[in-house]
Amino acid sequence: MDTYSFLRQLADSWVLLLMTVFFIGAILWAFRPGSRDLHDDIANIPLRNDTIPTPKREDQP
Amino acid sequence: MLNYGKLIVLAIVMVTAAMGANWARDIAYQVHAIIIMGVAAFMFIWVLRRTDEPEPVIDASGYLDGVVRAGVIATGFWGCVGFLVGVVIAFQLAFPSLNLEWAQPYANFGRLRPLHTSAVIFAFGGNALIMSSFYIVQRTCGARLWGGNLSWFVFWGYNLFIVLAATGYLLGATQSKEYAEPEWYVDIWLTIVWVAFLVVYLGTIFTRREKHIYVANWFLLSFIVTIAMLHVVNNLSIPVSFWGSKSVQVFAGVQDAMTQWWYGHNAVGFFLTSGFLGMMYYFVPKQAGRPVYSYKLSIIHFWALTFLYIWAGPHHLHYTALPDWASTLGMVFSIILWMPSWGGMINGLMTLQGAWDKLRTDPIIRMMVVSLAFYGMSTFEGPMMSIRAVNSLSHYTDWTIGHVHSGALGWNGMITFGALYFLTPRLWGREAMYSISAINWHFWLATIGIVLYAASMWVTGIMEGLMWREVDAQGFLVNSFADTVSAKFPMYVVRGLGGVLYLAGGLIMAWNMFMTIRGGKTVEVKVNPNATPAE
Repeated sequence: MDTYSFLRQLADSWVLLLMTVFFIGAILWAFRPGSRDLHDDIANIPLRNDTIPTPKREDQP
Repeated sequence: MLNYGKLIVLAIVMVTAAMGANWARDIAYQVHAIIIMGVAAFMFIWVLRRTDEPEPVIDASGYLDGVVRAGVIATGFWGCVGFLVGVVIAFQLAFPSLNLEWAQPYANFGRLRPLHTSAVIFAFGGNALIMSSFYIVQRTCGARLWGGNLSWFVFWGYNLFIVLAATGYLLGATQSKEYAEPEWYVDIWLTIVWVAFLVVYLGTIFTRREKHIYVANWFLLSFIVTIAMLHVVNNLSIPVSFWGSKSVQVFAGVQDAMTQWWYGHNAVGFFLTSGFLGMMYYFVPKQAGRPVYSYKLSIIHFWALTFLYIWAGPHHLHYTALPDWASTLGMVFSIILWMPSWGGMINGLMTLQGAWDKLRTDPIIRMMVVSLAFYGMSTFEGPMMSIRAVNSLSHYTDWTIGHVHSGALGWNGMITFGALYFLTPRLWGREAMYSISAINWHFWLATIGIVLYAASMWVTGIMEGLMWREVDAQGFLVNSFADTVSAKFPMYVVRGLGGVLYLAGGLIMAWNMFMTIRGGKTVEVKVNPNATPAE
């Protein structure tokens, strides 16, 4: 099989499946249980590191 | 010791550039060699004067904002230059005698047009993206910009790229690829600068103090990475001579066309959309004083945009030698793209939920909202125009130009103005911009300018498309090409006037920025010394 046909077949089958699964997986991962608090925290990042210093993370000494 | 290495490298560059100036095969290469020689000589003296001197102590405890300040000024400056050239070429189309006889061939439309597109997209937009990504990545990571002076190399290197590209166009060096006109050595230089940009950005993210990477950084990172990939692949070319600017593309025919529009459309997708969305996801919440409406929606927005945009390029090649399946693929993905785009627009607009009153009082928020409205409008118009049947009417007409400008002037321009008005007082330690009413003037001049521009281009584009396809009872074409040209004249004048208004707004902004900066003092923002970097 020439390179073009091989790549075409690969793109139409496994790569397509891989990308679709990754995409849907990324979306589902965003909706995993317990993500709400995390996302609320991340969404507030721009509002805190402006003039006030960075708050320490809990897991740091 | 490092300085000795720098001196040797700069000396080699200087000598090579001098040889290039002597042996140059064309005027563009010769002028570029002289520019590079001058820059290298200046830097040689600069480094030499600092060699074997005590190292200046740099206070590295705060954010690195000097390069952001330089970027803010460069953005304002290049914006005005780009808008001015745009106004000139708009009137050249309406009044061809403005292709001044004595200035030929340097100032004809064909050479000024890429100067305009590169000045607004790469000089204005690029500087806006670089400076705001340097600003945003520090604030959202809670960390100083990584790599010390490397960010200054990115800034000056990028602006050298712009000077080389712009002078090259005027002197006739172009590889004739739309939005990728610069010749081979300018492309190589941009690649080096871009890799440095990526390194600074990633370095800062790796040393962040926040546990999570805020969504604006995702967009900005995808912009940096994708542009690097697009730029390298689309500029695969072999120079005819080391001492000349001419190069030959590696791809030919339809492969070249497809590569070009894979590049071209993703330049729109990842430079003018992803990058500016990174700005939007930071500056809109900041200016509104509230977090983004839905963080989940922003994640979906990011992944959907990234997965879909990359396939949309073939819609530029309907009814060409490109296989039907490929242009259908491009069309389908363009239409699917409509949804995440509107998701992003809604996310940005709804961030103002509970703060809608600011629309009345805060002209900066107003600019950001209009910017999002134009993002929504042009991301609806684009998918529609990518449909083959619509494209058969719209392609090659001024409708396309109108579409591009409602996106560029409306979405990219307005969000950048908003960012500049946000940053200037903060970076120079002012309470607010020098004149709030000047921001209002800018807002209305720019908005009315865009409306004149887009409306006149819709009218002339659709008229032109209909005139081209009009056939009489015998099946002969009714109109000659020159008929459409003369029919378009009034709309071309209106478009030029719209450009004048937009330029006037830009000049008011430049004045306002100058007055704000003058007498202001630079602010140092400290990072908490107790916090330790996240692993």
